[in-house]
Amino acid sequence: MRIDSRARFEEAVAACRRAADGRKIEVLVCCGTGCLANGSQGVAEAFQREAESRGIPASVGLFTKKTGCHGFCERGPLVVIQPEGILYTKVKPEHAGEILDKATGGGGTLSKLLYKDPVTKKAVEKYGDVPFYKNQTRVAMRNIGKVDPADLDDALAHGAYAGLTRALFDLTPERVIEEVERSGLRGRGGAGFQTARKWKAARKAKGERKFVLCNGDEGDPGAFKDRSIMEGDPHSVLEGMVIGAFAIGAHEGYIYVRDEYPLAVVHLTLAIEQARRRGLLGENILGTGFDFDVRISRGGGAFVCGESSALMRSIEGKTGEPRQKYVHATDRGVFDCPTVLNNVETWADVGAILHKGGDWFASMGTAKSKGTKAFSLVGKVKNTGLIELPMGTTLRHIIYDIGGGILGDRPFKAVQTGGPSGGCLPESHLDYPVDYEKLTEAGSMMGSGGMIVMDDRTCMVDVARYFLSFLMEESCGKCVPCREGLKQMKAIFDGLVAGRGVPGDIGRIERLSEGMQLGSLCELGKSAPNPVLSTLRYFRDEYLAHAEHKACPAGICRDLTAYEIVAEACNGCGSCARACPADAITGEKKALHVIHQGKCISCGACYTVCPTDAVRFFPKRELAAASGTGGAP
Amino acid sequence: MITITVNGKNVKVPEGTRLLDAIRSAGFEVPTLCDHPALEPWGGCRMCLVDVTRKEWDGWCKMVVSCMFPAEDGLLVLTDTERVRSTRRVVIDLLLARCPDTPLVQQVAARHGLEQTTYEPNPAPTDCILCGLCTRVCDHIGVSAISSVNRGAGREIAPPLHEAPPDCIGCLACAEICPTSCIPYETSDAKRTIWGKEFEMVRCARCGRAHVTRDEAAHFSGRTGVPSTYFDLCDACKRTDMARQFVKLSEGAGTAP
Repeated sequence: MRIDSRARFEEAVAACRRAADGRKIEVLVCCGTGCLANGSQGVAEAFQREAESRGIPASVGLFTKKTGCHGFCERGPLVVIQPEGILYTKVKPEHAGEILDKATGGGGTLSKLLYKDPVTKKAVEKYGDVPFYKNQTRVAMRNIGKVDPADLDDALAHGAYAGLTRALFDLTPERVIEEVERSGLRGRGGAGFQTARKWKAARKAKGERKFVLCNGDEGDPGAFKDRSIMEGDPHSVLEGMVIGAFAIGAHEGYIYVRDEYPLAVVHLTLAIEQARRRGLLGENILGTGFDFDVRISRGGGAFVCGESSALMRSIEGKTGEPRQKYVHATDRGVFDCPTVLNNVETWADVGAILHKGGDWFASMGTAKSKGTKAFSLVGKVKNTGLIELPMGTTLRHIIYDIGGGILGDRPFKAVQTGGPSGGCLPESHLDYPVDYEKLTEAGSMMGSGGMIVMDDRTCMVDVARYFLSFLMEESCGKCVPCREGLKQMKAIFDGLVAGRGVPGDIGRIERLSEGMQLGSLCELGKSAPNPVLSTLRYFRDEYLAHAEHKACPAGICRDLTAYEIVAEACNGCGSCARACPADAITGEKKALHVIHQGKCISCGACYTVCPTDAVRFFPKRELAAASGTGGAP
Repeated sequence: MITITVNGKNVKVPEGTRLLDAIRSAGFEVPTLCDHPALEPWGGCRMCLVDVTRKEWDGWCKMVVSCMFPAEDGLLVLTDTERVRSTRRVVIDLLLARCPDTPLVQQVAARHGLEQTTYEPNPAPTDCILCGLCTRVCDHIGVSAISSVNRGAGREIAPPLHEAPPDCIGCLACAEICPTSCIPYETSDAKRTIWGKEFEMVRCARCGRAHVTRDEAAHFSGRTGVPSTYFDLCDACKRTDMARQFVKLSEGAGTAP
């Protein structure tokens, strides 16, 4: 039924809460993309099937719910049993019956599926006690994992649209902007522009039509926080957009979602339909006379379409190429109308800010970066997944306390933040508080919240080369410095990793970087040298080793690296020979093994598997020097 | 009128003038490779970069492309700072790597002190500098038969699917606007070929010269509303006709009714 007044809204919420309270035992099955890939759809179905076959009476109030991403993707499929909050990890369909028996009568927990603390080796029952969750503060992701993203009633029971009702019934548009200003909210897409300033400018701008847009074109390698928000709690995004539209006086909006996020498109589409039907979107919202509607625009997969001017052109149905503009989008944006474009996470924050107040949001974070921030924590870290923390949390806390430290307890080398426009920070920066200013100061950036952790077996020249390849593919090619500059930069790096580096390379890299930063049309090209410059700043020695000594200190660049087995350390276990994909290692059982250099492809498999650290790597040129012929023995 | 200062010299220009034209009206040279007076500025070649600043900015400069930046009252423009020179040099150096054999690029590079590229020269040299003039003029004419395809380093100008473009009218605007003359075409009394598509020619009813393609005549007659008979005569014969009419009129002028 359409909700057409505040009283009706409160009645509807009360009804939804009563319905939710009737669900005395909730089985929350994570059906985010990560867990789905691990088979959580089957797990959810198994729970439903088992509940039926066990004939559990309705009075027990058992309810199985498919939710969005719980965040702890590393351990998926994840299942949480409410109200106790028991977390089961790596759940398979065959576990459903046993879990239900415990939950509905037997009591206790199924210990084999509980999370085990790698330090204390003890099982942790409640998800709130797992370090990965315990250390988080969730605002943008407040309802993800708790609500069924396909059910508006469930969202309403969990507080959705409470911020909107306050905005529409208690505040004027100007007061809404003031509240956002007081929160200190800055753009979560990466650049960190003050959200309220953008809104103010768009409110002031003259125009019959105005637009609010949501940027869901998240494309940084390793980043998936926007996807999880759109998939797991689409109503938080819609609520923020309606509030933003009310604040600036817009009646039309678009959510630009990349088509590689099919589940996000499905859930957003469903959420829009449901919100329209209930009077939370469309004409005469909640009976206030305010009209606002949203359409979904699906992106074709070009990374550059996340850039604001390219995104707007793509929405207009034109080629998604950036346009040089010396006017703000708040004056002339999509269809040449005043436009506010915010990131998914920014919109998700807005509803919470209006509900709980700007001061509440500003009480978290640092002096200039307020509130919380979502990150996708990936790479060589034990607990990969989706996290949200107050601004100002140190990298060390994120990587070691939440992430659980480096995989295999290897030494930490660097963390890449901000995606292809960001940079790599070394160990000396582990105690840096993560906020906009600090990251920029260190030569990286917030970006869209990707955080890639790297261990000692990472070559920083190779990392920079990876990002260059990505950007070279994704540059639109409109302007010369980005198109040709990335191609030439990549060629220099190809030379460095292949042993064709020359001493002048570093100077050439620096000159070209400056030309690209100053000369490129859009932020993609201007920031493309960041991964290069930040690795050069903190790991210059590695560049020098590649360029001047034809050596890869991390032993990753195959053309520069050779391996050998140290006789004293080898116990003849044969692991290396079994791991070698090139049959380049021979040796009798319990006797010294030997790597035949002519066959070795320098993949490093032997190095990784050797239990006694008997495999060592060294610069390949020493091999040539030793044999005197330039060839291998 | 507004006043801007280019390299210390004041110049008055009408409001709404773009910076590039204002700088040129002050008598300074700014190189461009993708600009054309008939088309909207595009900002792709990045050669027209200049530094702009204001007194109150305390020495802070912003680098902008002058073809798209609007001239603002009181703006101080510097067209020849060290970083403008070095950035332009990087840009033309990169373009020279792409088009090492192209005379236009060689000339501009030489003006920036570059005889040869300092980067890896293109193993498959091309004359196309991807300035976008051809596709923009094609859009402007209302045909959009060609466009840029692929992204990044793989970007090129092509008809859809690299096949003879169904919308092309054979007007040659793309070939004629191309600053490096790298769009090949053939034209004779009987037919014209461009982008792999053949066009039938319309011959002038008087002199017999093949002057437009049949498709071109149909397109422009449809777009402007002139009758298709307008293209029966070539431009030269139409001018001759017009001149004759003037002569007739002036002869008749002495005998007013």
